[in-house]
Amino acid sequence: MISTPEPSQQFHTDADRTTADDPRRAAVRKALGNYKVARGKTENAFTSWPHARDAAAAIKYEGVNHLDRYLREFEEKFTARGGKVFWASNSAQAREYILGLARERGVKSIVKSKAMTSEEIHLNAALEKEGYAVVESDLGEFIQQLMHEPPYHFVFPCMHLKREEISALFERELGSAKTDSPEELTMIARRFMRRHYIDADMGISGGNFIVAETGMISITENEGNARLTTALPKIHVALIGIEKMVPKLADLALLLPMLATAGTGQHLTCYNSMYGGPRQPGELDGPEEFHVVLLDNHRTRLLADPEQRDALHCIRCGACLNVCPIFKNIGGHAYGTTYQGPIGSVITPHFRGLQDWKHLSGASSLCGACTEACPVKIDIHHHLLHNRRNAVQEQKVWWERLIWFGYVELMKRPWAFKIAMRLAPLGQKMHALVLGTPLDPVGAWTKTREFPQAAPQSFHDYWQERKEARK
Amino acid sequence: MNGDREALLARVTEALRVPAPLHHEKPTKPATHSVTAPFREWLPPVGAGAAEQVALFAKQSEVLRTEFLECPSPEAAVQHLAKLAQENGWKRLALHSGRLADAVAASLPGSLELLCIDGGYEKNALEACDAGLTECESLVAQTGSVCVTARSSGGRALSVLPPHHVVIASRSQLVPDLAAAYEYLAAKYGASYPSFISFISGPSRTGDIERILVLGAHGPKKLTILLVP
Repeated sequence: MISTPEPSQQFHTDADRTTADDPRRAAVRKALGNYKVARGKTENAFTSWPHARDAAAAIKYEGVNHLDRYLREFEEKFTARGGKVFWASNSAQAREYILGLARERGVKSIVKSKAMTSEEIHLNAALEKEGYAVVESDLGEFIQQLMHEPPYHFVFPCMHLKREEISALFERELGSAKTDSPEELTMIARRFMRRHYIDADMGISGGNFIVAETGMISITENEGNARLTTALPKIHVALIGIEKMVPKLADLALLLPMLATAGTGQHLTCYNSMYGGPRQPGELDGPEEFHVVLLDNHRTRLLADPEQRDALHCIRCGACLNVCPIFKNIGGHAYGTTYQGPIGSVITPHFRGLQDWKHLSGASSLCGACTEACPVKIDIHHHLLHNRRNAVQEQKVWWERLIWFGYVELMKRPWAFKIAMRLAPLGQKMHALVLGTPLDPVGAWTKTREFPQAAPQSFHDYWQERKEARK
Repeated sequence: MNGDREALLARVTEALRVPAPLHHEKPTKPATHSVTAPFREWLPPVGAGAAEQVALFAKQSEVLRTEFLECPSPEAAVQHLAKLAQENGWKRLALHSGRLADAVAASLPGSLELLCIDGGYEKNALEACDAGLTECESLVAQTGSVCVTARSSGGRALSVLPPHHVVIASRSQLVPDLAAAYEYLAAKYGASYPSFISFISGPSRTGDIERILVLGAHGPKKLTILLVP
């Protein structure tokens, strides 16, 4: 009867499974509880967090709403210092460019630091298919790479895994000894990765900000893996979405502390590095070549929607995921998207098709916690409503229309409404017969909750009775 | 070859024809003391004088697990460095030349092998060093950060590849906040910035496993900052 597109079926199946996984949910809740405390403390250290949010939103608004001008300015400044800019309209173009570069330069091994854009365009799979060894150097991403799983959370990639699972994974894949110490596990990855930084001839990174004024990109990290990835190999490729634009270098003096506060509850992340070109004359190391791949991949589609354009202000701090009751229960993988959580539910329909991904707009309690947590003031939960509205306007659902038509006809006729009220308790008795079977029309509700009992007497009847009695 | 430049830019321009509504308030107060960073006053307070800022830097260092030491003289810095070398069993120390670094390097004990990387370095040799000594551009009181650049701090790798990073800085290099650090760089370099600028806040860390803090993920496990007059 209902034609459900494939991603939505997948979503429901996965969400059902992950929601039933109590231990996993408890682990995620605990991790996010710690985040909440740390974030609260850091936010309170600001003289005024609300004003800082306005100022941050104003910076991103300027960058995104004059994107054409700033992209040109970035290109001019960056190329003047020996950098190369490649403009990619879609994922295929970006992949081809990076593959072509690897082929032309005779690259043998590639080390990567965290880049959600590379997940978006499935870069690793493309490189591996051509025979290139690609190693993810961020600890969480490395673990996910060994697990053959996408990241669970775009800031905390393996937050759903317990140390026993990671130890077992390292035992299996790296031949290390069993341990239950997070420190020892981190050191195993550290030792493994050192050789790769030194041997790799290409380093691939993402980027958190593009700075128009000085022709730089900025990378935020804690581990130092991005710094090593961009210091030692002779080629550096940064793959960045065009929307990461900020006009001025000094804008980062606000955005870096806000990204850290909202993202992890730190005052400032351990390394915030700005890269303006390959090794310059007089410098003693750094890559010989530095390529920035500017990725559109449907971002301009979202840009063309003024109502939701502010969704491109996103600095990918992950705060909206961390506070979302839906994310806490269904987890990151159930979304089936590169970008999980509330912001992912807003932007994915724009990137990958509204009708196929409109179900994510329903993955929300509309509590607004995401909007409140957002450091750049994206109106996230209203955009979920906008997507719901747009999806229906674009493609009406016949059975929903039928139900609303029936409802309107019923409500226009008081006598019909009264009959319906009288029939409700009877209907409920009939419902008991199909409860828990596939015939249950409200099965999605009754599977996990009790259906409310209809009152034996309607309010209307009660009021009439009361009036009669008082006469 | 620069890809789909014209088509992409045309799409952007076309998409921006209708302006977007504002979801934020325009910054309310006028910029009082800073044109480049009008948001400065919303960030965490820094304190007025140099003494307060040194104290704040020391406090942030403690939070970040940075070893921060105010040395009364360059000799005291040398002494501390020699002590670190002995305690941690350093064999090789990598460094670059500079006014502060040279002064320290000249009086270090002869048993410590020094690798000066001014003329370049072999990656494996630098990796085999026990520590890296660098100068910096500035120290940021607000966040406890060290600002390094490719030009002031011996390139990109010296401050991240060896397992212990030691910074030597003079008191005059302390600035109140990130905005001031950027202002300093702009004044010093004009349009020709170094190709690499980084704010380092504490030793390398990760929380990827169960969100538990572990120091020394891929970069230095220890960070020492020596402040000389």
